Amino acid sequence: MLNVAEVSKTFFPGTVNERRALINVNLQLAAGDFVTVIGSNGAGKSTVLNTVAGRIIQDSGSVSLDGRDVSKLKEHQRAAQVGRVFQDPMAGTSPNLTIEENLALADRRGRRRGLALGVSKAKRERFAEELKVLELGLENRLKTKVGLLSGGQRQALSLLMATFSQPKVLLLDEHTAALDPQRAELVTRLTVKVVQEQELTTLMVTHNMAQALEVGNRLIMMHEGRIILDVSEQEKAKLTPEDLLAEFAKIKGAALDDKTLLQ
Amino acid sequence: MITALELGLIYAIVALGVYLTFRILNFPDLTVDGSFTSGAATAAILIVNEVNPFLATAAAFVVGALAGLITGLLHTKGNINGLLAGILTMIGLYSINLRIMGGANIPLLGEDTVITALRQIAGTGWTSVLVLVAVALVFKLILDWFLHTDAGLALQATGDNEQMIRSFAVSTDRMKIMGLMLSNGLVGLAGAVVAQHQGFADIGMGIGLILVGLASVIVGQAIFGTRVVIQATLAVVLGAVIYRLAIQFALNAGLNPNDMKLMSALLVIAALLLPQWKGFRKIASWRKGRSALDAAAEATLTSDAKLPAKKVG
Repeated sequence: MLNVAEVSKTFFPGTVNERRALINVNLQLAAGDFVTVIGSNGAGKSTVLNTVAGRIIQDSGSVSLDGRDVSKLKEHQRAAQVGRVFQDPMAGTSPNLTIEENLALADRRGRRRGLALGVSKAKRERFAEELKVLELGLENRLKTKVGLLSGGQRQALSLLMATFSQPKVLLLDEHTAALDPQRAELVTRLTVKVVQEQELTTLMVTHNMAQALEVGNRLIMMHEGRIILDVSEQEKAKLTPEDLLAEFAKIKGAALDDKTLLQ
Repeated sequence: MITALELGLIYAIVALGVYLTFRILNFPDLTVDGSFTSGAATAAILIVNEVNPFLATAAAFVVGALAGLITGLLHTKGNINGLLAGILTMIGLYSINLRIMGGANIPLLGEDTVITALRQIAGTGWTSVLVLVAVALVFKLILDWFLHTDAGLALQATGDNEQMIRSFAVSTDRMKIMGLMLSNGLVGLAGAVVAQHQGFADIGMGIGLILVGLASVIVGQAIFGTRVVIQATLAVVLGAVIYRLAIQFALNAGLNPNDMKLMSALLVIAALLLPQWKGFRKIASWRKGRSALDAAAEATLTSDAKLPAKKVG
């Protein structure tokens, strides 16, 4: 479904700030795969997501979706098939529009936006129905501006919006990181539910080891622009957060050794 | 009084255009100073060449929209800062407007215009004011309707959260261009009607217009609120009328017409400063206020700064 092939990206090339964010990254996701991505800061997790979304254009390599090369498509063109939820709860919704208007925007993803009324009576009923899944009572607040909602409510709404029109790929960039534990738990639960129900091909970045092991059917670990660990469902079931931490420590140590050797 | 009301209602169309860019797109667009005159020039030259005045006024909308298109392309495809893109188009239009008119002034005395048509059916009294109220409301309602269509919602979201709307497969570039075209189209159309109302088109008639638009939007919204679009557009229309009445009041109080630009500037400054005090503050910060207000202050400054320069030219 998603194929990232030999993708490299360097930020600020040729300057003192040069940073190789991705180095020949290869990643294939089969339809329905739910992959969690972990790694330390600056490992390239978000860059992978942004490359798939088209927000960052890779220096070399290609990205294809459902067999079609989308490497040259712009962000908004790819977005017709890619759903995204951002880390910042403010980022995924339009604060000055109402809940129903936000949903209407999400509903037209990948389709022509013409001069039909954005929110019709029929749509409103459908939106209310969909909102019930969130169990937040938002179905009774359709005309509330999204800016008045809490972070957790907004993030849950963002998730619903991102998955509204069955995207081919769903990208979740630490979408529970900015929430309190209770809300994070709710949003994680909703994520698993939606992904399973719609059988979405999903790439989820997280800092939370337990969460990374708990959800999804595959786990990858990134370090300094490379995928250094790819764990299948069976292996993943046996892993504990401690194992992952040990793995981290091992890499850090190795990196240090390399540097020491080079000196 | 009646003239002030009539003008206020015509300028309400300008204010709706400015509202569209300044509030909805969060884009302080200075093109309007030029596109207003372009609309007036286009309509005037067509009218003196015996074209139907309503058709001429519609042509003014098209020319205004083209001016908006240029600013939009400069900003989105050329990556030029929005304020600068507007200024560039505005300055360029000055020459173009002179070309359109073939001079600095076109008198419309004795010609058939939309205003003479208005006088025939409604005279010069309150009836004509009522007709213009209806016209302004029609434009307001069309804008209300448009902003609630699929395209209009995408336009609103573009000004509200670009990253979000792009992630829902909307080209924000296209939305901005569309908004600028619509806005400047309205302004061009209003320019055409103002020219017909005053009986001439003049190269200098658009100078400081952005301030008139901003004053209407800011004063109107400070008084009548902005909670929902329908309310915000009504506030903008009323703001334009109040602004015109305030100008009339100042003239009656003995100020001369040359002081009006200063009056406009002071009015906008007052409307920007007042909300920063006490209870106003909470409300202001709730609307995406801050950034928009800063932009307004910036636009105001720029608009003021360029006035002397343009008068010399």
